[in-house]
Amino acid sequence: MTRAPLSLKIAAIGGLAFLHIPLLFILLYCFTTEEKSYAFPPPGFTLKWFGVVWGRADIWAAVGLSLKVASIATVLALILGTLAAGALARARFFGREPISLLFVLPIALPGIVTGIALRQAFGLMEIPFSLWTIVLGHATFCIVVVYNNAVARLRRLSPSLIEASMDLGADAFQTFRLVILPNIGTALLAGGMLAFALSFDEVIVTTFTAGQQSTLPIWMLSELIRPRQRPVTNVVAVLVILVTFLPILAAYYLTRHGEAVAGSGK
Amino acid sequence: MHVHAAPIATPAVRFAGVVRHFGTVRAVDGVDLSIAPGEFFAMLGPSGSGKTTCLRLIAGFEQPDAGHIEIFGETVEGLPPYRRAVNTVFQDYALFPHLSVGENVAYGLRVRGIGRTDRDRMARDALAMVKLAGMEARRPAQLSGGQRQRVALARALVVRPKVLLLDEPLGALDLKLREEMQSELKGLQRALGLTFVFVTHDQSEALSMADRVAVFNEGRIVQVGPPEEVYERPATRFVARFVGSANVLEASQAQALGGPARPSSLRPEKIALLAPGAPAPEGASLIEARVTEVSYQGPVRRVSVLSADGLALTAAIPAAAAGVMAGASVRLAVPAGAVRAMEGEE
Repeated sequence: MTRAPLSLKIAAIGGLAFLHIPLLFILLYCFTTEEKSYAFPPPGFTLKWFGVVWGRADIWAAVGLSLKVASIATVLALILGTLAAGALARARFFGREPISLLFVLPIALPGIVTGIALRQAFGLMEIPFSLWTIVLGHATFCIVVVYNNAVARLRRLSPSLIEASMDLGADAFQTFRLVILPNIGTALLAGGMLAFALSFDEVIVTTFTAGQQSTLPIWMLSELIRPRQRPVTNVVAVLVILVTFLPILAAYYLTRHGEAVAGSGK
Repeated sequence: MHVHAAPIATPAVRFAGVVRHFGTVRAVDGVDLSIAPGEFFAMLGPSGSGKTTCLRLIAGFEQPDAGHIEIFGETVEGLPPYRRAVNTVFQDYALFPHLSVGENVAYGLRVRGIGRTDRDRMARDALAMVKLAGMEARRPAQLSGGQRQRVALARALVVRPKVLLLDEPLGALDLKLREEMQSELKGLQRALGLTFVFVTHDQSEALSMADRVAVFNEGRIVQVGPPEEVYERPATRFVARFVGSANVLEASQAQALGGPARPSSLRPEKIALLAPGAPAPEGASLIEARVTEVSYQGPVRRVSVLSADGLALTAAIPAAAAGVMAGASVRLAVPAGAVRAMEGEE
């Protein structure tokens, strides 16, 4: 392998620094004693904001709602995404290409379009905003992530494996449990975790489908406008980083020997 | 053959007027077929001739659009693959990559609800039968092509099918291994007394292994019979050319060479090269011809010639024969009885 020139190395390091140093600042200001502005360097260090976060019911309500939404949307996505992948991975039928395209479209569509579309649809059908309207909004893109992972894995699976299973006496359910699931399991796990992470920090679609409730990202957005107790948002942001980063890391390690995790770009 | 003594044995597999089309393509176009119990039956044909679709119709992966299929007297139209007493050895072997060799072989027993100790023992026995004893713990990915083939065979046989289907079973193996597997498959079939149905596009494979060969073309069976019969007496132009590349003669040409006044076939190896000045053998027809092309094929040379009256023929002569080169004039002898009418041609 040839060695990269120095200028390229500096550019690469600069790019990474640009991406990641802001994260360090979030961490740094968790501990500052100054609550109205982000002065640098911080005048002093304290752990009291962690205590404040612990004691605020509005934060825990938002965390609870976000976890609920993300879990339900992920489960929904796993079921529907796998079924759709099963239908579209191999079968040849009229309209297959348009259907696959429509299926993947929500992830390419700007969130704001999805959001407005859903809000108007809910309005037309007189569906009141609730946990379920948020879940529906999130499911639109969570399904795509699971679908993309599952369909890529299913296409690598030799179709004769399924025939061999049926040939040896297994019915459809046995074949799914004993042959298909073990072969697409890691893809589903990766897709599911990615879906969870996407849902957990989603803002735009949620803004249009949440009504009066606050998921965690919405809560943080509203908190930023307030002048007091600014480090509280930093503490929560660090928690969010942990909650979303760990599954994505796990997904990466689980699938790095397989194909790229498709559709991870939302 | 292991045909039972019963006066009219129920066929292992019976097709009556079976049709299967994909869109406008008639992959199987009215096939009638009867395979005897214990028979080693080959379906031979070029790709797209319908032979693999017929195999899949027996297995249950395809359903006929018309006609009737029976397996040991039982009507199987509409029955899914998992309700049929037939098993398949797939062309790509289709071993489950997430299971060990032992678990692969035991799979059919597992889905039938047979307990772990029993199925482990049966899987071990089946692996021993295909000479893979002790390989239970390996993964399919750790095996060679020939070994995978044996695992696929053991996996299909362990559930005791009434008919074993083999889809191009030797296609992916190299020549040496292929010859070895040929005799092994034949031995296994004889020892088990089982009906084997296999699909191949390789005529030498079909001729050497099968008790009977069905030659497929364009979705139909054009000839069925023992290998000798199919080879020696091809019924149509297609069979004559596909099985052993025979010369096809029109009625007048056949008659001129001492054959019947009907479209006929003439095997290249029946044509003899005469030494200069040597007399033609008793009853043989003599051809004066010019060599147009010679191709060396190990034991024989394939010689294309053009006779004085414009007949193009191919002869297979011993490779040692001297003086045969493009442009040379040769004298060829066609023995009496070598030109044979094709029953299926007018």
